[in-house]
Amino acid sequence: MERKILLKHLDVPGIRTFGVFRSTGGYRSVEHALKNMTPDEVVEEVKESGLRGRGGAGFPAGMKWSFIDRKSNKPRYLICNADESEPGTFKDRYLMEKIPHLLIEGMICSCYALGANTGYIYVRGEYKYIIGILNEAIREAYDHGFLGKNILGSNYNLDIHVHSGAGAYICGEETALIESLEGKRGNPRIKPPFPAVVGLYGCPTVVNNVETLANIGFIVNHGGSEFARYGMGKSTGTKLISACGNINNPGVYEIELGLSVREFLYDPKYCGGIKNGKELKAVIAGGSSVPILPANLILQTAAGAERLMTYESLAEGGFVSGTMLGSGGFIVYDEDACIVRNTWNLARFYHHESCGQCSPCREGTGWMENVLHRIENGHGRQKDIDLLVSIASKIEGNTICPLGDAAAWPVASAIRHFRHEFEEHVLHPERCGRNEIGKLENVES
Amino acid sequence: MLDKRINHPLHEKEGKEICFSEASLQKVEQIISRYPKGKEKSALLPLLHIAQEEFEGYLSVDVMDYVAKILNIQPIEVYEVATFYSQYYLDPVGKHVIEICRTGPCAICGGEAMQAYLEKKLSVKEGETTTDGLFTLKAVECLGACGSAPVMQINTEFYEHLTFEKIDQILDELTKKAKEAKSEKSLWKEKFF
Repeated sequence: MERKILLKHLDVPGIRTFGVFRSTGGYRSVEHALKNMTPDEVVEEVKESGLRGRGGAGFPAGMKWSFIDRKSNKPRYLICNADESEPGTFKDRYLMEKIPHLLIEGMICSCYALGANTGYIYVRGEYKYIIGILNEAIREAYDHGFLGKNILGSNYNLDIHVHSGAGAYICGEETALIESLEGKRGNPRIKPPFPAVVGLYGCPTVVNNVETLANIGFIVNHGGSEFARYGMGKSTGTKLISACGNINNPGVYEIELGLSVREFLYDPKYCGGIKNGKELKAVIAGGSSVPILPANLILQTAAGAERLMTYESLAEGGFVSGTMLGSGGFIVYDEDACIVRNTWNLARFYHHESCGQCSPCREGTGWMENVLHRIENGHGRQKDIDLLVSIASKIEGNTICPLGDAAAWPVASAIRHFRHEFEEHVLHPERCGRNEIGKLENVES
Repeated sequence: MLDKRINHPLHEKEGKEICFSEASLQKVEQIISRYPKGKEKSALLPLLHIAQEEFEGYLSVDVMDYVAKILNIQPIEVYEVATFYSQYYLDPVGKHVIEICRTGPCAICGGEAMQAYLEKKLSVKEGETTTDGLFTLKAVECLGACGSAPVMQINTEFYEHLTFEKIDQILDELTKKAKEAKSEKSLWKEKFF
């Protein structure tokens, strides 16, 4: 049976408004937490739930919370990371657009647990209309006494503000986001110290993804152990997966972790199979940064086991034959897709988005883009392929933030699994022909 | 490209007298109040959005200096931010900025063809403005609407599942509107903040 936590009431008309949301049991967790629980008890429940960060890295949320410096007498902050910019990922946008109060409710409980009196939602600048929706939801929450001073007579005060970014992928990295929120360039900071100790304005700060925070209400209401009954093993709960590319039903789906990749890909309830009856060629399972896998390895592990939508199963085989669940951006490529062109496209993205702080990333992403562009346009040399592998390996692990890794992995994995296509492009550039796609005269409308 | 952003020559200071409208000043005050005392610089990104909207769609040096004065920070602190983020424009733009997504998921669903079509239809290259000053075409990175690829954004509006016909229709409508109401400002700022 399909079980949902986040999108359960998605189809209730008017769920975006406070009244309707409240009538479906919304904000009950705030009442419960503020009246019956201590902040530490909330943290314990989140720890027990096994909830892992939904932004991409999958770090246990409860553990992140427990690192917050409680001895410091500085103010504490919670920042909601709504700077969703990972190509292929659009789940947070969907959640905020459809059920914004779920996020506000989760944030109130989380701020209470952390002892924060101010929360910021950092929304990427491109989502201007989402900012309007969030501001409206926040206003409603103030009007009904769930935000502001002395919430529900508990003596607990909380303000939540929306803050807009201005178009920078790097600001999804938590320390870059903090810099940006302070009104600076989005250059990631060296860790340690971690934000839990020295974060926004030098104060203890927790940064959580939208989807992570939206789960907190359920955990407070039903307990961490109940949440842990959803999902499989250490991959507890459900996950929003944003599916796109060459499939019949692109969109956002809430799945219980543990669903098989095959079912997700072919069941009409989800992706509904490959568009136009084509064959599956490859999948990027967790947003553009994670390694691409060819059809055989995404459906089964190298050992022949069924591949499941869990953190562990997708990672099985390491980077030799596995990938990551990442942010849940599920990009599907059919048999016609050109892996070389796609890899060049993503390399260009990372080059554009590198903040320029670390040399390996600043220079390396540009080199990778140039070499890939050369191969894609018929001027590649045989040794270029190994050159790419070498550049990628020299970026990976040598930068302050994970953008370097995120730029290296797509290139390294594409060559690992589709080396023959790169060779084909070098030896017979005329055979692919997909680099003509962008030329108008070659397109059927 | 990164290099372009770093090396972007700022325009000469013209020494124009700049001032926000009364309504914008109220918004500015309200935004600044969201951050702790002494941390007003946090309001820089939102303020630049407002400034860009109010002053012809781009950030001139005069405008940036004005924002610096409001926040009581050095002008260089504004320049370094304005040159970093891709949504701030340092050159004059058309009335409507068309942002067409060029990243992977859109590209495999026909995004490249849509960009080519826009370039042909508007007779501009990526980054350029039409001679009538109505449209600027920009190819941007992922807009986070991959499920409805190919997509573009014009001002606050997302246009999804693009086809050539749809683009024709959208541009015709905007052109028509521009002719009808010359001075009508978009209302996004009201909703935005």
